[in-house]
Amino acid sequence: MKFAKTLIAAAITLGLSTGAIAQDKTKVGFVYVGPVGDGGWTYEHDQARLAVEDHFGDQVETVYVESVAEGPDAERVMRQMAMQGADLIFATSFGFMDPTLNAAKKFPKVKFEHATGYKRADNVSTYSARFYEGRAVQGTIAGRMTESNVIGYIGSVPIPEVIRGINAAYIHAKKVNPDVTFKIVWVYDWFDPAKEAEAAKVLIEQGADVIIQHTDSTAPLAAAAEAGNVIGFGQASDMAEYSDGPRVSSIIDNWAPYYIARVQAVIDGSWSSADTWDGIAPGMVGIGEITDRVPAEIKAEALALKASIASGEYHPFTGPLNKQDGSVWLAEGETADDGTLLGMNFYVEGIEGNVPN
Amino acid sequence: MDLSSIQPGLLIASLMVAATPILIAALGEMVVERAGVLNLGVEGMMITGAVCGFVVAVQTGSPLFGFAAAAGGGAALALIFGLLTQMALANQVASGLALTLFGLGLSALLGQSYLGVRPPSTARLDIPVLGDIPGLGAVLFAHDWMVYFGLFLTLAVWAFLRHTRAGLILRAVGENAEAAHALGYKVVRVRLLAILFGGACAGLGGAYLSLVRVPQWTEGMTSGAGWIALALVVFASWRAGRVLMGAYLFGGMTVLQLNLQAAGVAIPVEYLSMSPYLVTILVLVIMSARRNQAPGDLGRTFHSAR
Repeated sequence: MKFAKTLIAAAITLGLSTGAIAQDKTKVGFVYVGPVGDGGWTYEHDQARLAVEDHFGDQVETVYVESVAEGPDAERVMRQMAMQGADLIFATSFGFMDPTLNAAKKFPKVKFEHATGYKRADNVSTYSARFYEGRAVQGTIAGRMTESNVIGYIGSVPIPEVIRGINAAYIHAKKVNPDVTFKIVWVYDWFDPAKEAEAAKVLIEQGADVIIQHTDSTAPLAAAAEAGNVIGFGQASDMAEYSDGPRVSSIIDNWAPYYIARVQAVIDGSWSSADTWDGIAPGMVGIGEITDRVPAEIKAEALALKASIASGEYHPFTGPLNKQDGSVWLAEGETADDGTLLGMNFYVEGIEGNVPN
Repeated sequence: MDLSSIQPGLLIASLMVAATPILIAALGEMVVERAGVLNLGVEGMMITGAVCGFVVAVQTGSPLFGFAAAAGGGAALALIFGLLTQMALANQVASGLALTLFGLGLSALLGQSYLGVRPPSTARLDIPVLGDIPGLGAVLFAHDWMVYFGLFLTLAVWAFLRHTRAGLILRAVGENAEAAHALGYKVVRVRLLAILFGGACAGLGGAYLSLVRVPQWTEGMTSGAGWIALALVVFASWRAGRVLMGAYLFGGMTVLQLNLQAAGVAIPVEYLSMSPYLVTILVLVIMSARRNQAPGDLGRTFHSAR
């Protein structure tokens, strides 16, 4: 009996002491939808995780789980992280939205950050980047560079984020080239190199000479390289390994400053639920170097557009703009409000095909 | 809608390319299952083959060596499965699943320094006279040699199982291992050889993805192709000809639905997107509806002393 008591006492002291150690270090968890080596979306989130480690050193410990399926599995992963003592968890894919809220309900003391979603709670923040600002720059380059006037667009999953990208690219391609048409293919996946390559090949076979992708791997660029006279853009990451070939520019996600700020807030105890949506100006969306394949005057035009978006002088969704069915969306000079943009589920006038439900 | 932008010739050409990796992997798995072993590790062996093939092709500059290494890599991983299930009598389902997880991890490790590297291109086989036939020539006779290897393999597997003594022994082992053992056939040896062959085929299928179809190395790049190959074997009721048909049907629907999307056909994209799975399963299920044709001892552990 006495022995058992000593044992329990020892166990309690041990438990308390490890608890104290754990409190010194802030533990941050990351849930990824793809592998860290995808060269795109997940790769950039992991770069930001490494930046957090660099910045805080011994103060912070990070853990991550890669290739987590969107759905119930994500909730299991987050619960496990929370039980292992994570103070802050970043869920980095749209499809983790409901699992994040469920996990947050069960662990009210753990802070959650959900990327690209729109549901928040007292301990759930959302954050996203205004990628459509980058898409406007891409659309301009695409519209100027195309000779066949057919631009192929590889869509991943039909959510507002992706629809926004298509609209922003189309509006700006059309602005510089009235003859331009978009061919859109949905692959229903964020990361499937074989399917992405297939989609790119199909678009090229059907006459596209510019490929814009909203999927995470470099496979479409490889397909463009093989076809020869086709250009494309890096997605989420710079994908600079193709810059001597088809890649003429890119949209780069830079999460590091945001992640560092949020981890700092947790350490300071000042963290509160918020909705962050930053664009080119604060550097969350970067435009990768425009290569020499793009003539100087087009490059200058694209950079001027980028500058005017960054300064806040120009909004990529500025009227007059009509919806696909011809009804008026934005009047002359009017700009889109964030609410409409966040829930965008319609194409603008001129795009063919329907938005999948 | 603009259906004229779809070119049937190009469509057939790309469906052959899209089907080849699952065709080769499924043929290998079919032989394994005909020998009475259920190896669920196809995905793991495919991705290991993909990375081994890629690394060796980049290092040597020869896609041929790459494919050889892919077959070796897939077979090496299959050997682990073989030793576990045939020698240590481990559970086949659990071992197979473990093999998939192991293969995914191992390939990520091996491929770390090969992200974004471009492989040497695999030569297209320009068959002299046939390739010059207008229309058909370009469609049927101007592919890389792995496409023809897939067709040849189908024929070889069919002939082996149907018309050779060794094929008969392999089937006997799969139908009733005890009886085959009583007749003096080496059940474990036959099964090990079948498992190695299955691994080599899965490896080749994986390498086709990383060296020809995509072509580059990214982690997790098979993304489910191995599971499709596995399902295909069952739906094709363990027959080589039907595996070929199923693979081409699946590849064809995959390419066709993308083409229809790009052409702006007014069918909801969701239906188009699931059509490859739906059509392939439907057709093969209807064809094999008569009776259960699974090998009698599929998935059962065999030990001669029992």
